Amino acid sequence: MERGIAMANIIEDETIEYVSILAKLELSGEEKEAAKRDMGRMLDYIDKLNELDTSKTEPLSHVFPVQNVFREDKVTNEWSREDMLANAPERTEEAFAVPKTIE
Amino acid sequence: MSILDFTATELGKKIQAGEIGVEEAAAAALLQIKAAEPKVHAFVTVDEERAMARARQVQEQIRKGQLSGPLAGVPAAIKDNMCTKGMRTTCSSRMLSDFVPTYTAEAVSNLEKAGAVILGKTNMDEFAMGSSTETSAFGDTKNPWNLEHVPGGSSGGSCAAVAVNECFYALGSDTGGSIRQPSSFCGVTGIKPTYGTVSRYGLIAYGSSLDQIGPVAKDVSDCAAILETIASYDPKDSTSVKRTDTDFTSALTEDIKGLRIGLPDDYFGEGLDSQVREKIFAAVDVLREKGAIVEEFHLSLAEYAIPAYYVIASAEASSNLARFDGVKYGYRAKEYDGLHSMYKKSRSEGFGPEVKRRIMLGSFVLSSGYYDAYYLKALRTKALIKEAFNRAFEAYDIIVAPASPATAPKLGQWLCDPIQMYLGDIYTISVNLAGLPGLTVPCGTDGKGLPIGMQLIGDCFQEKKLFRAGFAFEKSRCYQSPALAKELEQESLAALPMGEPENKKKDFR
Repeated sequence: MERGIAMANIIEDETIEYVSILAKLELSGEEKEAAKRDMGRMLDYIDKLNELDTSKTEPLSHVFPVQNVFREDKVTNEWSREDMLANAPERTEEAFAVPKTIE
Repeated sequence: MSILDFTATELGKKIQAGEIGVEEAAAAALLQIKAAEPKVHAFVTVDEERAMARARQVQEQIRKGQLSGPLAGVPAAIKDNMCTKGMRTTCSSRMLSDFVPTYTAEAVSNLEKAGAVILGKTNMDEFAMGSSTETSAFGDTKNPWNLEHVPGGSSGGSCAAVAVNECFYALGSDTGGSIRQPSSFCGVTGIKPTYGTVSRYGLIAYGSSLDQIGPVAKDVSDCAAILETIASYDPKDSTSVKRTDTDFTSALTEDIKGLRIGLPDDYFGEGLDSQVREKIFAAVDVLREKGAIVEEFHLSLAEYAIPAYYVIASAEASSNLARFDGVKYGYRAKEYDGLHSMYKKSRSEGFGPEVKRRIMLGSFVLSSGYYDAYYLKALRTKALIKEAFNRAFEAYDIIVAPASPATAPKLGQWLCDPIQMYLGDIYTISVNLAGLPGLTVPCGTDGKGLPIGMQLIGDCFQEKKLFRAGFAFEKSRCYQSPALAKELEQESLAALPMGEPENKKKDFR
């Protein structure tokens, strides 16, 4: 993509608001402006895909034919509660601590 | 020649023969790390105590005859996106700066079973998102060939560490070229295996349908031996493939008579640095002289791979990184107002700009109203790219291409212009979309003395052809390490106090 070409994709404030809700991100005013610009440029670039006729092509999610992999519902690992809680940003003696969720 | 000059498998043989002790090898690598880190910064974490204790343990197991493999006792480094039980694993992100995994990634655990001594964790682009290792929250890594240049990325720390002799080999991961491009920039050898060959269990996910773990080493023989060790069918990774042909070292012969090589003209056209082109053509001539049949062809669709990749990888990233919510592990914001504010603030403060950029793009292309236009369109493009490769591999055994359009750029150059950085992935990215194996082998330097890498691409499950061609080429030249590697080693040996065990200065022939 060359610079100086007018952007075809203008990202509105509402779009950035909506996407940050989906992404669970809180962007500062400056970050929002940057996000509008970056996303616009990326989408301009991505629009190149529209040159391709894909009307007869199925979407390919996996390169090999994959099937569900099943296993017995058996516990094979032995994890200690203490080891796992050791990584928690906040905890009680035996649980993860979170802000109050139900009023 | 000193210990550090050996390749991983050469060192492994010396260790088996009792000529070099495991502790001696680990101490030599740790000494080099001390000397190199202030300049190169390839590591996020180095655990000297753990490495030395492990070295003693492995030595004991070798003595008892319990470990006899080619990598037993050989010091290695692991990219910091693979979980290592009890050893901090950060993904070079503030989000995981204190995270200590409770389990070990399958690939790493396969190495440990083979007697690897792990020295530490290497720097990377944050969550593997980047091509220069500059998006790391812990500072950039410098290219050992010229400290003003980037090592490439996202496995820049692994490749720089191998190049400057801080370890004998390393593991990297490759989602869009993250092993092959930094290997090219740092003058080392690296392979991204066929998707599904190495378990992704314990690899912190970026783009799950594209991510693969692979080795970074000094030569093709090492890469074959390491890949043979880490490849395994793993029920814990639902995309793991059952393969019976992972005896990769058996392919290390120079016989490439009749090997059909395709050169895609779309990978050698506009945008490719002339010196890179020249060196790759010279390398292809070597393969031709050894009996390969070389032909140019048109692959097609090359320019559509990058936009398709960024849609797919960002979409998968936005989903994979949803788990970082400041509850069970990772960063939690200090000030917030209720649960949702805690999620948002923790994520916004914990992730860096490139990660947020991709999460935003990924959330957008998956959102209702845009899903078909962007995400499904990218998956359809992926299908077309796969078909183009299928056609190519009907005519050719391997495809030869550059790993990157140019040698390593200066630090900072890509940070201000992400799209320029994305364009640098043009020759590596299709390989991930099609699930193919790709091997980078160094093939010279440019006028500035920066390394150039040749990329060999094979059809799915055809790593052996890549190893054979890479091995045949490599036999025509000597491995070259950057001058800095020797300089640092000599400085640190000179600084050793008198009376230090003489064996550290021992000369090996």
